[in-house]
Amino acid sequence: MKIAKYACGSMDHIVNRRRFLSGVAGSVATTGAVVGGLGTLTQGIAAAEIQRRDMRVVVFNMHGGLSQLESWDPKPLTRTGGPFRAIPTSVPGIHISELLPMTAKQMHHLCLLRGVNTSEDDHGKGAYMMLTGRRQTPSAEFPQIGSVAAKMLHDDQTGLPGHIVVTPGGGGGRGNEAAYLGPKFSSIQLGGDKPPQNSNKPDAVSDEAEKRRHEIRRKINEQFLNQRRSAITDAYTHSYEQALKLMERREVFDVSKEPDSAKQRYGSSDLGRQCLMARRLLENGVSFVQVTHSNYDTHNDNFNFHIEQVGEFDQAFATFIDDLAQRGMLEKTLVVVLSEFGRTPNINLYYGRDHWSKAWSIAMAGAGVQHGAAFGKTNEEGTEVIDGQCDHGDIFHTILRAVGVDSSQSLIVDGREVPIADPAAEPIWKVLA
Amino acid sequence: MIDLDIQKSHVIHQWKADSPLIACRISPRGDQCVSAAQDSTLQRWNIPGGEKVVLKGHESWAHALTYNTTGDLLISGGCEGRLIWWSIADAEPKAIRTIDAHQGWIRGVERSPDGQTLVSVGNDRTIRLWKTDSGEKLAEWSAHDRHIYSAAFHPDGVHLLTGDLMGKIHVWKLADRTLVRTLDGSTLYGPNPGQAAEFGGVRSLAISPNGTEVFAAGTHKGSNPFGAVHEPLLLRFQWTDGALTKSHVCDGIPGGLLFRACSLNDATVVSVSGGSTGGILLFFNATQEKEVHRAMLPNIARDMDFHAATGLVASAHHDSHLRISGLFA
Repeated sequence: MKIAKYACGSMDHIVNRRRFLSGVAGSVATTGAVVGGLGTLTQGIAAAEIQRRDMRVVVFNMHGGLSQLESWDPKPLTRTGGPFRAIPTSVPGIHISELLPMTAKQMHHLCLLRGVNTSEDDHGKGAYMMLTGRRQTPSAEFPQIGSVAAKMLHDDQTGLPGHIVVTPGGGGGRGNEAAYLGPKFSSIQLGGDKPPQNSNKPDAVSDEAEKRRHEIRRKINEQFLNQRRSAITDAYTHSYEQALKLMERREVFDVSKEPDSAKQRYGSSDLGRQCLMARRLLENGVSFVQVTHSNYDTHNDNFNFHIEQVGEFDQAFATFIDDLAQRGMLEKTLVVVLSEFGRTPNINLYYGRDHWSKAWSIAMAGAGVQHGAAFGKTNEEGTEVIDGQCDHGDIFHTILRAVGVDSSQSLIVDGREVPIADPAAEPIWKVLA
Repeated sequence: MIDLDIQKSHVIHQWKADSPLIACRISPRGDQCVSAAQDSTLQRWNIPGGEKVVLKGHESWAHALTYNTTGDLLISGGCEGRLIWWSIADAEPKAIRTIDAHQGWIRGVERSPDGQTLVSVGNDRTIRLWKTDSGEKLAEWSAHDRHIYSAAFHPDGVHLLTGDLMGKIHVWKLADRTLVRTLDGSTLYGPNPGQAAEFGGVRSLAISPNGTEVFAAGTHKGSNPFGAVHEPLLLRFQWTDGALTKSHVCDGIPGGLLFRACSLNDATVVSVSGGSTGGILLFFNATQEKEVHRAMLPNIARDMDFHAATGLVASAHHDSHLRISGLFA
């Protein structure tokens, strides 16, 4: 492996996995080095690294702001409780909304965080905080959890991208979530349960012609890179090669290859198919998958909308958790269900709930988090956190820790140390197993 | 029977409960009204005195209320799926029968024209018939692909109508529960792809006293359902062939939804609009598309009932008030 020498004089932002594993001293030439880890590799650390590369993260982004009262923290028969009851779960003493009957049976795999207080009621800012673990500032851009997970966990040898975002509609392009980690770690976006756009070779192009085309491209590319190499050109090169590998593994994205029984279990909804897709991606080596379920921004008619939306989520999500558990994947896969914020305990004039970030909930499952637990507590009407308060920064640390990443470490970017997670926050140790 | 003058409609009484109200019904004799609140209680109010008795029994909100013909019994349907029979005429009303009737929300309970039979409908997409006096279940059948929002018996006593989220209005022959026809109320279903939201539904069904017309109430033009931007809509169908004869719309109500419609007489319908524009009584007749009269209520309304003999309208409001209006001078 050549060490990158960029025309601009800067150095590679990417921690090289092989170098990392072998402990070759060449790592010092890598500006994406992890402080406190790479320079002192031992066999033990290498083993931990190998183990970490098996870890996966899935984020369910409940777009618009899932109501905690209609999901993880119900307050039945109170002023704020709304019309839904709480039901028992597979864990004695933990009750969740009756809108989640199938998920209730998987509670022994889940860990609820009921004391989230992010103090940010704006959609965009809230989403940024939950996905980056930091407040948005004009002076710095931080990578989202998907990009960080792809960088820290992904094995390029899989031939698949490390960071995939499944969106309800559209898709097909690349995201822009990687910030200083570079475009290599930005997401490939899939439109629903469809494979990436333009990922099949046109019938008119023969295999031989295709091979020759790429040989020519690589040759020209190499000539150019010998003189003008940069992080950007590396990203382009990587994109081409990744696309080629992805084309070879296109069947991974084909949910129709799943048996009918699996499709039936996950349900006929878009989310059900997307969850099935997510499971296929994870088991084929994709490190991070984000599934978006939309939409929960229910200022009006909150209860009717949540019946529809949470009902759809329940079957797909519960089946997903059960499926991962049965396949032995849950131990190495962290599942996180988050939103940009929760919804007001107060019920407004038109049966709606508005934005509420002072006391809400997220759910986690698998990897290194406790299972069958509920951490944190809100008061009787759900208006305040009274125990176990945490915020976006703490959650970001916890996600990384749960998949074996030391969240206190820093990356060196353009000669500067950049903490991988907000140093003002820390993991929620009680949540970690 | 009182002479109605809708132009003179005005609030006569307003009484406050302890929690925002969601439903109301006037007793057959017009001497009391029952409301349901967000704290899962019911309230019985005497008319005109306003004395209140609170009824506790539901474990969730009760959207569905109906009296028996004599007014001795009240039957309430809750979001926990329970039907409760109340001895509503007693000084201290008691729950005399509780039946776990549906899986999930009960959205409608209505009595038949002869008062012998009740129908209940809800989110389990099943129609159930009950003996009013004994609570014996007479029949049940799966009827719709989506949540059933409303039901109404036809005055002929032979047919039952049920309406769902998608705007489908099924007409059933009660004797053998066969589907006679389906009226197309799909304009009341307003999916919003941008918000990935399914919204609307036949919120209320009403039939003219002479049985010649069917009314379906709800909303349309849901450009932003999450933000309560949608307009009221009342559909008027001909009973004989199910043809849509009029779509009643309203100007200047960008945040409106008709929660209920009641026939005043064979031609005129009163409906109540809630939503972000406020609480409004809207009156429609057969001759014009837009309302013939509107009367603003002091607060957002969520339900309404009309009592023909007294000309009274009861309305349930978010500000916890039950309001009694008179449709006369």
